[in-house]
Amino acid sequence: MSTMNTVGRPTAPNEGLDANYKPATLTGGRGLLQDEPLIFEGEGWGKTGVDLPKPATNGSDLGDLVRKDPIGLPGLSEPEAMRHYVRLSQKNHAIDLAVYPLGSCTMKHNPRLNEKMARLPGFSDIHPLQPQSTVQGALELMDQLAHWLTTLTGMPAVALSPKAGAHGELCGLMAIRAAHQAKGEHEQRRKVLVPTSAHGTNPATAAFVGYSVVEVAQTDDGRVDVADLASKLGPDVAAIMVTNPNTCGLFERDILEISRLTHEAGAYFYCDGANFNAIVGRVRPGDLGVDAMHINLHKTFSTPHGGGGPGAGPVVLSEALAPFAPAPWVVNTGDGYKLVEREEDEAEQAFGRLCAFQGQMGMYVRALSYMMSHGSDGLRQVAEDAVLNANYIKARLEDLMSVAFPEGPCMHEALFDDEWLKGTDITTLDFAKAMIDEGFHPMTMYFPLVVHGAMLIEPTETESKAELDRFIEAMRLLAGAAKAGDVERFKGAPFHAPLRRLDETRAARSPRLRWAAPEGSNRAG
Amino acid sequence: MKFTKDHEWVRLDGDVATVGISKHAADALGDVVFVETPEAGKTVSVGDSFAVVESVKAASDVYAPIAGEVIEGNAVLATAPETVNADAEGEGWFAKIKVSDASVLDGLMDRAAYDAYLTTL
Amino acid sequence: MRYLPLTPDDREAMLAAIGAKSIDDLFIDVPQAARRDGFVDLPRVAGELEVERALSAMAGKNATASTVPFFCGAGAYKHHIPATVDHVIQRSEFLTSYTPYQPEIAQGTLQYLYEFQTQVANLTGMEVANASLYDGSTAMAEGVLMATRVTRRNKAVISGGVHPHYVKATETVVHAVGVETEALTAAVDAEDAVIAAIDKDTACVVVQTPNVFGTATDVTKIAEAAHAAGALLIVVVTEAVSMGLLKSPGEMGADIVAAEGQSIGNALNFGGPYIGLFATREKLLRQTPGRYCGETVDAEGKRGFVLTLSTREQHIRRDKATSNICTNSGLCCLAFSIHMSLLGETGLRQLALLNHEKAVATRDALAAIPGVEILTPRFFNEFAVKLPRNAADVVQTMADNGVLCGVPYSRLNPDAGLDDVLLVAATETTLDADIKILAGALAKVLAA
Repeated sequence: MSTMNTVGRPTAPNEGLDANYKPATLTGGRGLLQDEPLIFEGEGWGKTGVDLPKPATNGSDLGDLVRKDPIGLPGLSEPEAMRHYVRLSQKNHAIDLAVYPLGSCTMKHNPRLNEKMARLPGFSDIHPLQPQSTVQGALELMDQLAHWLTTLTGMPAVALSPKAGAHGELCGLMAIRAAHQAKGEHEQRRKVLVPTSAHGTNPATAAFVGYSVVEVAQTDDGRVDVADLASKLGPDVAAIMVTNPNTCGLFERDILEISRLTHEAGAYFYCDGANFNAIVGRVRPGDLGVDAMHINLHKTFSTPHGGGGPGAGPVVLSEALAPFAPAPWVVNTGDGYKLVEREEDEAEQAFGRLCAFQGQMGMYVRALSYMMSHGSDGLRQVAEDAVLNANYIKARLEDLMSVAFPEGPCMHEALFDDEWLKGTDITTLDFAKAMIDEGFHPMTMYFPLVVHGAMLIEPTETESKAELDRFIEAMRLLAGAAKAGDVERFKGAPFHAPLRRLDETRAARSPRLRWAAPEGSNRAG
Repeated sequence: MKFTKDHEWVRLDGDVATVGISKHAADALGDVVFVETPEAGKTVSVGDSFAVVESVKAASDVYAPIAGEVIEGNAVLATAPETVNADAEGEGWFAKIKVSDASVLDGLMDRAAYDAYLTTL
Repeated sequence: MRYLPLTPDDREAMLAAIGAKSIDDLFIDVPQAARRDGFVDLPRVAGELEVERALSAMAGKNATASTVPFFCGAGAYKHHIPATVDHVIQRSEFLTSYTPYQPEIAQGTLQYLYEFQTQVANLTGMEVANASLYDGSTAMAEGVLMATRVTRRNKAVISGGVHPHYVKATETVVHAVGVETEALTAAVDAEDAVIAAIDKDTACVVVQTPNVFGTATDVTKIAEAAHAAGALLIVVVTEAVSMGLLKSPGEMGADIVAAEGQSIGNALNFGGPYIGLFATREKLLRQTPGRYCGETVDAEGKRGFVLTLSTREQHIRRDKATSNICTNSGLCCLAFSIHMSLLGETGLRQLALLNHEKAVATRDALAAIPGVEILTPRFFNEFAVKLPRNAADVVQTMADNGVLCGVPYSRLNPDAGLDDVLLVAATETTLDADIKILAGALAKVLAA
């Protein structure tokens, strides 16, 4: 046996060294985590990462329309660009890394088949205004998506074009407004009733469409106060906006009574479908008396959240509202598909148009790919597993943390308040930041507003039991530390994230919203 | 100095009232990052929203505790909103109003009554 | 079921931990009448292969822009997207993250948004840009609403050169809150006509350059007229690449820029998702819609970024918010920003010039065809032509012959009496051979 060269290759780490010695790095980088400057701070001025043919002219035919001053756009070569963005990416949490339990956001796994399908040239490389004869497959896809959405919701029609959930709310309220106008009741119906627990977009949308917002109280068990609702319904109410399952993660037990009272008062029932994931395949909103409901394709139907968008918010509509759906939509004529783009003929009552083209086609493809993959049996299982996972978390944490509405099961998300932190000097925010150190994204905090120090945990159905157990174990350890008075662990957290807590006051007091060249530099910008 | 239940304060010098938000309100808001004060010449009635105060995570309307014509908004707050946190009931005033009817003040709380009111919240 | 990790044993163990006998126990709050037993009437679970086959079959029925001579524009443009862009936006950390509400673990998203905001502000020549809206048309609607808040006036004057779908999308929303619009008659060289329509009630003037007919206009005079009347100027741009060659809206006096950013980094996608660019002056910041990323420091003094100025937004202001928008076009911003970083100023100017040159070459080829009249005198990469026949019919016949020759204006606005107008766009992707095929086929169709 011969001895290999072992120079510089000790086989045990830190032999003879102090294991606790951990100097700060000299450059600010931390192992795999690089400090990455802004593209504007590098050497990219005048550089480009594309090879284009040299233009033969200089635009002189456009005379004084031509831009002459520097624009202020640095360039990166391809390797530099790749490094820049990969380094940035490593500072983000992601569903693909660990549990992302943001309540009301439905951070489920994003299947990559969806991405592959959306990138088929037949969907991604077609123009919204090509002759319809050349995009029959695209129109067929929209028709198929509409079929799945209307069947799953038990509603007769769907407007696909809204570009996000809030845009869907706008669509639904515009349809309601148009329906009241058609009945000559618009002038008298100027109010929209919204529960106190509603997501901020509900009152914002109602106001955006010109309605005044009236809040409806909540009962002690986290649901709409039907008596309060009944007392506020009347000939001056255009609609109610109720989320079901609601933002406390509970099913509105009195939902049938709520819709009956609403319709009796001549108002329409707008349902915020943000939480459809909890009931898909098991409950059809159409059976609950809903008149309009947006479906966040990026929640229930797994299209990626993408760091905040793009979303997609198709709105299913009842018979009463269907005629007022905005253009465009797809009709199956029997020998092909037709895109109805204008308020004429069959669309004469359409309330208008919400965006330039057909909406979020790229998301339609992903959502249909997801629905077809699951099928009706898989989608029902989605709802069941989502609800099961949330109740499991609730059951495993309720001895340590205070459940906001302990009576009965929750739906797809478990809501805790901060009662259990009383006397610890630790807030919901502190607790959330400590979760970051343990490798988890915090749950939704301080929402809904009706629960003090709210912690809303939505695991989704795509977490395995092992992963849930790991998450629960971390939560239990943290809760134990909080109760044991380990305050510093929380107050200063996070300690192990790419950055420590950020100064939001400073950002808001003197906003710096863009890079600017340092004084004395001759750079643009 | 008199206080409203919405946590505005008002102090009368002759026929000019200085108004602002209470220290309690400023503390509850947290770090104030933006204040919109009314322009001179604007007429306000009791209960009108006449200013806006924002912290990082909250925005509140400020209601006029007294009616009259605004003589001056506190220009300092435009560039130094933190003054509200530092001295809510002094340098952090919002506006000076030429009062049309001072009798409204009789219906407001004095310091002791306001302090007692705060304990009930 | 490949997306569901729980096994039957897991489910049983979990139900036991919860103390429930069956899954139905967890749905007891659902009224009996609304519970559905069994499966809805839709197909059952399908494997990747089956789904891929079904969707590929639909995709295969569409004529794609890259496989035929292609000249469609009118608000959506075919450009080459570097391979890096699509690779990076599919990284898990970008694709599968949420809105960066926890900045300590979202600096990747926040930093690119900050870079994006800077790129957009510089490209448009404006002081600040937000982190994007849904698309150009909704950005225009938001711009009009913002102008009414800023000026406390109630009327928007809209040029006849603005994309008709943008006008419709704007009117649909702003009319609901009682804002009046005066949309002027459609015309190729229409922008200056707005000046005469400005009065003391005008909150804003909306012009587009290059406009829907391709006309590039110096709107400086319009800005002056609007400002003299106390109104704001909103400049709409549907082809973002144009700003690499043409004077920026900011340079010409715009107060608000509402632009479609699809051309940089984003595919045609049959109309979406796209990306609304929204830029304005700093003093109007508090009245703007949408989200912003701002610079700050962390507890150790290191530079970092956070979402800021959120007191304007729905989650804080609720019914007093400046808009109900809750998302942005996150991943599309990233695609835009990567593509723009690769181009740099040098590449963008080159790209813009190439677009212009291809369009000029296309115009010259079409001008030689008997009966074809070129309508747009000064354009970037798109122009309008008058045909001796109904343009929609010609477009259909050309499509039947494998050429996508453009967009008939009547498809956007059938009421303008411009049935013979065809909008033709060319980009850097247009081949000289495509131009030859287009001209040859069009000459043949028109001669028939």
